Amino acid sequence: MLFKLEPRGEHSKAMAYLSPLLAGILTLITGGIFFYLQGNDPLYALKTMLYTPISDVYGLTELCVKTAPILLCAIGLAVVFKAQVWNIGAEGQLLMGGLAASALAVNIIDIEGVWVLPMVMLVGMLGGGLWALLAAWLKTHFNANEILTTIMLNYIALNFLIYSVHGPLKDPHGYNFPESAMFGDAALLPILVEGTRVHAGILFALFAVVVVWVLLSRSFIGFQIKVLGLDASAARFAGFKDKKLVWITMLISGALAGLAGAGEVAGPLGQLVPQISPGYGYAAIIVAFLGRLHPIGILFASLLMALIYMGGEMAQIMLNMPLAITGLFQGMLLFYLLACDVLIGYKIKFPWLGTKAAASSAE
Amino acid sequence: MKKPVLRKLLTGLVASLGLVATLSVQAAEPFKVGFVYVGPIGDHGWSYQHDQGRLAVEKYFGDKVKTTYVENVPEGADAERVIRTLAKTGHNLIFTTSFGFMNPTLKVAKQFPKVTFEHATGYKLAKNVGTYISTTYEGRYVAGFVAAKVTKTNKIGYIASFPIPEVIRDINSAQMALNKYNPEAELKIIWVNSWFDPGKEADAANAMMDQGVDVILQHTDSPAAMQAADRRGIFAVGQASDMSSFGEKAHILSVVDNWTPFYIKRVQQVMDGTWKSEDHWGGMAEDEIVIPAFTNIPDEVATEAQSIVDGIKAGTIHPFAGPIKNQAGELKVAEGEILSHDELAGMNWYIEGVQGNIPK
Repeated sequence: MLFKLEPRGEHSKAMAYLSPLLAGILTLITGGIFFYLQGNDPLYALKTMLYTPISDVYGLTELCVKTAPILLCAIGLAVVFKAQVWNIGAEGQLLMGGLAASALAVNIIDIEGVWVLPMVMLVGMLGGGLWALLAAWLKTHFNANEILTTIMLNYIALNFLIYSVHGPLKDPHGYNFPESAMFGDAALLPILVEGTRVHAGILFALFAVVVVWVLLSRSFIGFQIKVLGLDASAARFAGFKDKKLVWITMLISGALAGLAGAGEVAGPLGQLVPQISPGYGYAAIIVAFLGRLHPIGILFASLLMALIYMGGEMAQIMLNMPLAITGLFQGMLLFYLLACDVLIGYKIKFPWLGTKAAASSAE
Repeated sequence: MKKPVLRKLLTGLVASLGLVATLSVQAAEPFKVGFVYVGPIGDHGWSYQHDQGRLAVEKYFGDKVKTTYVENVPEGADAERVIRTLAKTGHNLIFTTSFGFMNPTLKVAKQFPKVTFEHATGYKLAKNVGTYISTTYEGRYVAGFVAAKVTKTNKIGYIASFPIPEVIRDINSAQMALNKYNPEAELKIIWVNSWFDPGKEADAANAMMDQGVDVILQHTDSPAAMQAADRRGIFAVGQASDMSSFGEKAHILSVVDNWTPFYIKRVQQVMDGTWKSEDHWGGMAEDEIVIPAFTNIPDEVATEAQSIVDGIKAGTIHPFAGPIKNQAGELKVAEGEILSHDELAGMNWYIEGVQGNIPK
């Protein structure tokens, strides 16, 4: 046998942090080999994908634009996933947030006032939060599996959005094209750097990172969430209200995804269109696990995920590679992460390395 | 006294060297053209046809032009970055080939006044943004004529995508042909609210055939309806690309978008500096709408259809020649006149003969 996996007995803390790094390095190496086989200089290709998109100020600001929705969704998922509640519906919650925010914004285009933007954002959070509560209700009252209900609610949300943008929210002066009117200035998120698209959404996301970090590691409710996730019966035994926790975690996760959606329509888009998310809610699931459900880890994982999206575009433009490159890198990253995670609970033994190694490990 | 002369000579030499250098750089640097597609280039419909145009540009200009394409670009927040990256990486002319790229194209165009943009199917122009569309209604008129002639049940199916002016215009154009050549025939319209959804398109086709439809026209991009028609032994008209291979017995003609002449013309104009921002409508006369072949129909129908094509090309036939009445029977265009360009561009009403209402 080439190698053997031996249980560690206790989970390795070092490997828990090293595993994402190792997965990243393995992805780079495999990606490099792939580029080489495609007839590209692997180093130049990797540079084009992972460095060129952020090699100037504009690129960095675009990275923030792209990171904001992914980070907001993923940080919310960290809360529910910690409680072992599997919300796969961030995508639908994002769409409902964007839809709710737009429904308000297009009806107050001519109204000015400082309260307009906060209202639009709040309505977006409500839209996403209530959509998530629907799944929470189904789970706590009918014991319906939330993985299935949240996935199905994603499709309902998407079709509801498409109906709205073709129907009641359509721009009356837009020749029947499926788009809403452009929002009024008062409903648009302020731009942070003149001449770029980076908007206040990234600040919301960073603020959410801090809040969730405090919530999970410094608050009693965070403790309850973690206990529920580790052992549901222990949580019940300790008198924690597990149903209430499901509602709270789903509400937080849904509201943050809803904010992400509101940030997209009131940020870079400035209107409601049929396609407000290229799958941020799904990418956020990878990001949440890549970041070890830890707020700081998720921050870095979101930046990486956003960079891969942008790198995929750049690879098309500079190297004439197909779009599939984006999905390929995302897939490799998750694949290697899952593979490397085995090392948290197990260590690798090489029986053929000789008696000395075997002897030392036997000690 | 000698020194300044020498210096002058030297500066002159350096300057001319520099000039030569820049000139040669300009000559060596190819003219870069970018294309932004909404779908994959392998969709065998809309994006595929645009990519055929891009390949033709490369072939026509050879080393002088380098093209780049980005496929599957979502019509959301990402579009602006993709278009901007193309502008920033030295592309001189950028074609954005879907309606949803309209506002992103205009935003980027404002930041890159020296780059030329062409946006397909939109309605907003700017100093460095032109728009273009093909007059598919010309092809639809010919399809309406052939359908009018070959139908036995006098029921003609029409799979429509979205109730935007382009689609309304084409329904009306088919109806113009029916009114003229077979007033007994009636259009059965089904809206599928998608440009490309093989499942829905096949469902729509089957629902129509259950109602006795025996010719199907479509303003959607997949060959699903053609295949369904072939299975049940009725006729169908292909859209966007030549769909004859999908319906050996069903295919009567295809209304094909041919972007090649337009793309070559625009690239040449921008290279020469003669480009101007305009709303371009191209059709049969410009070879931008092509009907490659008539199949499975009687020879005399094919001959007459070809004469209509020739008439449209020559300008002697216009699908929207008066008299035209609306559904309420009010005269909109008098005899001897033609529906104006502006009326066509913003068309939001049905002509007399079309049943039902436009979905709101």
